[in-house]
Amino acid sequence: MSSNIVVRVEDLHKRYGNEEILKGVSFTVRQGEALAIIGPSGTGKSTLLRCINRLTEPDRGRIFLEDTEITSPHVDINKIRQQIGFVFQDFNLFAHLTALDNVRLGLMKVKGFSKKEATERAMHELARVGLAEKAHAYPAQLSGGQQQRVSIARALAMDPKVMLFDEPTSALDPELIGEVLQVMQELAEEGMTMIVVTHEMGFARSVCDEVIFMEKGVIVEQGPPEQVFLNPQQPRTRQFLGKISELYGGAR
Amino acid sequence: MSVILSWDTWRLLLAGTVVTVELTASLLAVGLVLGVLVALGQAYGPRPLAALCSSYERFFRAMPILVLLIVLNYGLAFLASTYELLWLRLPAFAVAVLAFGLHSSAYQSQIFRGAIRAIKPGQLLAARALGMTRWQAIRYIVLPQALRLAIPGWSNEYSGVLKDTSFVFAIGVTELTRQGWQIMQRTREVFLIFITVALIYLVLTYLGTWLLEWVERRWGVPGLTGQRQEEYGRVI
Ligand SMILES: Nc1ncnc2c1ncn2[C@@H]1O[C@H](COP(=O)(O)OP(=O)(O)OP(=O)(O)O)[C@@H](O)[C@H]1O
Ligand SMILES: [Mg+2]
Repeated sequence: MSSNIVVRVEDLHKRYGNEEILKGVSFTVRQGEALAIIGPSGTGKSTLLRCINRLTEPDRGRIFLEDTEITSPHVDINKIRQQIGFVFQDFNLFAHLTALDNVRLGLMKVKGFSKKEATERAMHELARVGLAEKAHAYPAQLSGGQQQRVSIARALAMDPKVMLFDEPTSALDPELIGEVLQVMQELAEEGMTMIVVTHEMGFARSVCDEVIFMEKGVIVEQGPPEQVFLNPQQPRTRQFLGKISELYGGAR
Repeated sequence: MSVILSWDTWRLLLAGTVVTVELTASLLAVGLVLGVLVALGQAYGPRPLAALCSSYERFFRAMPILVLLIVLNYGLAFLASTYELLWLRLPAFAVAVLAFGLHSSAYQSQIFRGAIRAIKPGQLLAARALGMTRWQAIRYIVLPQALRLAIPGWSNEYSGVLKDTSFVFAIGVTELTRQGWQIMQRTREVFLIFITVALIYLVLTYLGTWLLEWVERRWGVPGLTGQRQEEYGRVI
């Protein structure tokens, strides 16, 4: 058995109505690897990410988390999801709960931690994202960057095998993006396995180990960041990167 | 004509007030439980269940409460005697709670449905992504938020049903209005009784509304519930 592969996606297909969104996507992510997925809007990046924890049901293809086929109908999907952290573009914090309770809820209700254990673990995760002193603030009392860091802490607390990020900084004001990327960079350096859908080319380039350029439901190009960013093999990749650097003034 | 009500009159009016309060509290409780279930069925149930809940809600909203009371009262008595189902022989008060409870549940389900709609749907995705079941997500995310958001709507429903309860005279339950009416017949102190009854309703409405506002503040969450809207209201 391929020992250190955490996520394996094989020939993934998904259609909405007549439109084929994913047209056979395959890739693997190894233990401790940070994979960036880039590509134009509407290309199916979010759909792909959501298929990985089956928030969206794929039509065809297989997905493995370590040795477990999570696309199998016999699998208990709630057990699988506990092991996959998901960070949403618009945070999706529970509005009626404090930062601490947001992080604690899954530990207590899903993992069956006692309140004391859950509190300790949650405070540890909040400290990790630099928000221990905001433990008792409600989401509405936090900035966007702080909310996203709480949502990262909420996912980390479940002790996931892999973290999925769906454009985690796209809903943030420019001056708040840095603090979230900082936390993500630290995670990558600590060896967390991550898949990051992002428009932050600087982050993809300097933090990630591998980059996938996706367009219209297929992987157009894949490779280490130096290759994809500095020496792209496909004309479409070159075009896309050119457009992005026009928009954002080059890789930050 | 005396200007002060006799102790006896007060006693009767207070007895009526107690019935009104008990009836209102019971019907709101029955309506709350059923209303929440109907709203959850509409919002999260499978198609057939959602359709059933919608028909339920339309049916009971369309029924005039007086018709519902009388049909239920005679209907249950008829079934009880025809099929010898003794347990269906309910006291008039229980029939009243049932009829009003069904009626109110239809309205409350709509209050609650509106509250559910106001919850950002991404939160449910986030809950499922943590590994919660559908029911856990509803229990820990939807319910606590929707119940809070529903409070202003309930305040409205409370003051509405409080006065509607006077219809129970139709099945022989004597509450505040009926009690006042009977005293008027006897004593001819029409004006004084009328004013007193009206004042009692005013106090009940005020107390109930105040209680719900207190609950709303007590369980309030910044950014979710009506945090001192008035203060902003004065600014704009
Ligand atoms: N639930 C759905 N029902 C129907 N169509 C959908 C649904 N979700 C996504 N789509 C469509 O699938 C396509 C891919 O969407 P997706 O969100 O995966 O793209 P994306 O690459 O994440 O884009 P973006 O960069 O804008 O987030 C889009 O055309 C979208 O309209
Ligand atoms: Mg997307």
